[in-house]
Amino acid sequence: MAETILIKNGLDIQLAGEAGKTLTEYKPALFAIKPTDFQGVFPRLIVKEGDLVKAGSPLFYNKFNDRIQFTSPVSGTVKEVRRGEKRVLLEVIIESDGKFESESFSPGDPLKLSREEIVQNLLKSGAWAGIRQRPYTIVADPGIKPKAVFVSAFDTHPLAPDYDFILKGSEKAFQTGLDALSRLTDGKVHLSVHAAKTTSEAFLKAKNVSLHYFSGPHPSGNIGTQIAHIDPINKGEYVFVLRPQEVVTIGRLFLEGVYNPERILALTGSEVSNPVYVKTLQGANIGDLIRKNVTNKAVRIISGNVLTGNTLDQNGFAGFYEAQITVIPEGKYHEFLGWVTPGLNKLSVSRTFFSWLMPGKKYQLDTNMHGGHRAHVMTGVFENYFGWNILPMQLIKACQTEDIDMMENLGIYEVDEEDFALCEFVDTSKTEIQTIIRNGINLIQKEMS
Amino acid sequence: MKALRQYLDKIKPQFQKGGKLEKFHSTFDAFETFLFVPDTVTSRGSHIRDGMDLKRTMVTVIIALLPALLFGMWNVGYHHYLMTGTESTLLQNFWFGFLKVLPLIVVSYGVGLGIEFIFAQIKGHEVNEGFLVSGMLIPMVMPVDAPLWMVAVSTAFAVVFGKEVFGGTGMNIFNPALLARAFMFFAYPAQITGDKIWVAGMTKAQTVADGFSGATPLSYAAQDHVAKITEQWSMTDLFFGFLPGSIGETSKFAILIGAAYLIITGIGSWRIMLSTVLGGISMALIFNAVGLNDYMKISPLQHLLMGGFMFGAIFMATDPVSASQTNRGKWIYGFLVGMFGIMIRVFNPAYPEGMMLAILLMNAFAPLIDHYVVQANISKRLKRVKSIVVTQAK
Repeated sequence: MAETILIKNGLDIQLAGEAGKTLTEYKPALFAIKPTDFQGVFPRLIVKEGDLVKAGSPLFYNKFNDRIQFTSPVSGTVKEVRRGEKRVLLEVIIESDGKFESESFSPGDPLKLSREEIVQNLLKSGAWAGIRQRPYTIVADPGIKPKAVFVSAFDTHPLAPDYDFILKGSEKAFQTGLDALSRLTDGKVHLSVHAAKTTSEAFLKAKNVSLHYFSGPHPSGNIGTQIAHIDPINKGEYVFVLRPQEVVTIGRLFLEGVYNPERILALTGSEVSNPVYVKTLQGANIGDLIRKNVTNKAVRIISGNVLTGNTLDQNGFAGFYEAQITVIPEGKYHEFLGWVTPGLNKLSVSRTFFSWLMPGKKYQLDTNMHGGHRAHVMTGVFENYFGWNILPMQLIKACQTEDIDMMENLGIYEVDEEDFALCEFVDTSKTEIQTIIRNGINLIQKEMS
Repeated sequence: MKALRQYLDKIKPQFQKGGKLEKFHSTFDAFETFLFVPDTVTSRGSHIRDGMDLKRTMVTVIIALLPALLFGMWNVGYHHYLMTGTESTLLQNFWFGFLKVLPLIVVSYGVGLGIEFIFAQIKGHEVNEGFLVSGMLIPMVMPVDAPLWMVAVSTAFAVVFGKEVFGGTGMNIFNPALLARAFMFFAYPAQITGDKIWVAGMTKAQTVADGFSGATPLSYAAQDHVAKITEQWSMTDLFFGFLPGSIGETSKFAILIGAAYLIITGIGSWRIMLSTVLGGISMALIFNAVGLNDYMKISPLQHLLMGGFMFGAIFMATDPVSASQTNRGKWIYGFLVGMFGIMIRVFNPAYPEGMMLAILLMNAFAPLIDHYVVQANISKRLKRVKSIVVTQAK
């Protein structure tokens, strides 16, 4: 029985609008796969508008690694191929025929199949895209053998969904998925759970895994934090990382022989009138959900959570890897002498607002920056909100100055920009830290290739 | 507020690109963001942000400085009337001090902010808030009768050579307020040394009340009259601040209130404050053990309560930009500040106050300390790789 790993540094941001534990079906007419969801992928289209597809039919592949292809989540017709500036491929939109049929793939017990057969199956169905690798957080390269696979069974971001609830009914598929993953590496599959909050037996009694218990505030649920405390990544090493629903999709492929990217999304945020969980498929159009549940027009719709998610417009599509939609008010307003007010509704980790005297408060935060961008001044703050012994400020500066040696030395291979999201949140100087780190990671990736 | 906002929105286009007053863009921005928090929303990265910004940070430090400032004002009046031998009430003392200190504050902010505005405009940046605190610190470390033009020149030197040439707020190596003090000290030594400069009006006074001396404990110690310190003041006097000195440094009690506020709000580095005090105590204990002269025999507690040690430890050494930036580095940095502060005092009577020089010296070494802390983090990471290579080789 492993001991509990306590994450001392961090912060749980309590927001209003947590999803209630009820599940409603949601099957919109449109679904989309967005190449922009995948770092480092240059899409080459395989289909064109009007083509008929089934779940698991390839839509586009990665020019940089043509074994990796991205497939349709539902059966239907390719409705639109949306491009942006300079013909960048933004969305491949599928109009569902309501039948939800899948291409056939051969089922089998992963424990009895060879590694190559498993990889082939995953690549052909498009389920491989659910596997990402660290460093760089890109879709995993099927040619490399990772030293380990990491799955996080809990998410500590603000208003994050409860995976115990999500996995109800999918326990067998989850275990099959874990079995498949265990064949991809010579090392272990590490499954991290929350010591107090995780209750699902799918996690606690999982087989063919190494179980780890974590406790403490966010970012204890981040895979980066878990990797650093279990088996840190060194230069030249690779690991595969997944979230539970991606594992379930893989499991279904081997159990039933179909590509079924069913997703349960948590609809959360202070602007949602009825925050619940919805059962849908990957890439669902959220337009109807928003129209029915959000009345305020000046809102920010986020695919994902408030710290790391992407902005969507009123008719956007849920991100490939996301399990929640958050809706918060936009904060485009001026506040008279806002920097001296007692600020009972503002959240701050400095105790200069009186809000710190109300510990159980759930905040209705908006998107206002609360100040202008400045040079780095305050020190010793980021260390309190980073999950392991990286020197955050120094690594940020190394990325800004593009000092590759320093970036390597300070641990750029271990981090992803989501690990810095809390630092970005608390930063007094309003630096765009996640962007800086992502640019740094991309720079290293380019240098190393 | 609506009317004000509408007015600003109306005249704003004149200050933007193509407008008539485009040259004064930074100045307009500074005033606009002073009155109204900008309506910028998040565009990349985290969608929500902490309510804190640099303006609020600076305001917090100024609030922390207020107890020491207000007491200092009262103290100026108190000692002035002691010197002239007149009776005075609390209000009279405070009013006298207020009138004496206000011009210093006005000159410091006026010159400093004026120069910052000009630089910001030339560079095309927003005016940074860093000087909001330095501008308050400068008067608090000056003698009360310092001629205003000297304060102005020292402030100008500090802002230009202490901050702007390095790139402005966040880029300076040295603490700007201390640079102003150091400039004053070395450029106008007559005005900054001696027994008479710490009490308002004493240098010009015709007559002084019997038995009154404007000497501070440090001047007694420097003149080898250590015994006079305990004769004239009790430890409580030293702690609460009933002695002459620069405006901010005398009341350790007021300074500690400020320190508590800084620590509770998480703005001030408790590591630096604590390690500076520990460093000072350690050095004093070492001197006690050596005990070659009276000065060395002064107890650690008395050292802490004399001169600008506490003020420097709480408000000067903790400036985040010029101090060490790593947590471990802050312990080393603070400890050395404390040690050197006491060492310079005891060894060199030409510099009765060692704190200013100790902090400036450690400002120069802070990056070096950080370098070694960073190296330690790096080698830990490399060792992990080496141990894996070794185990694989086996």
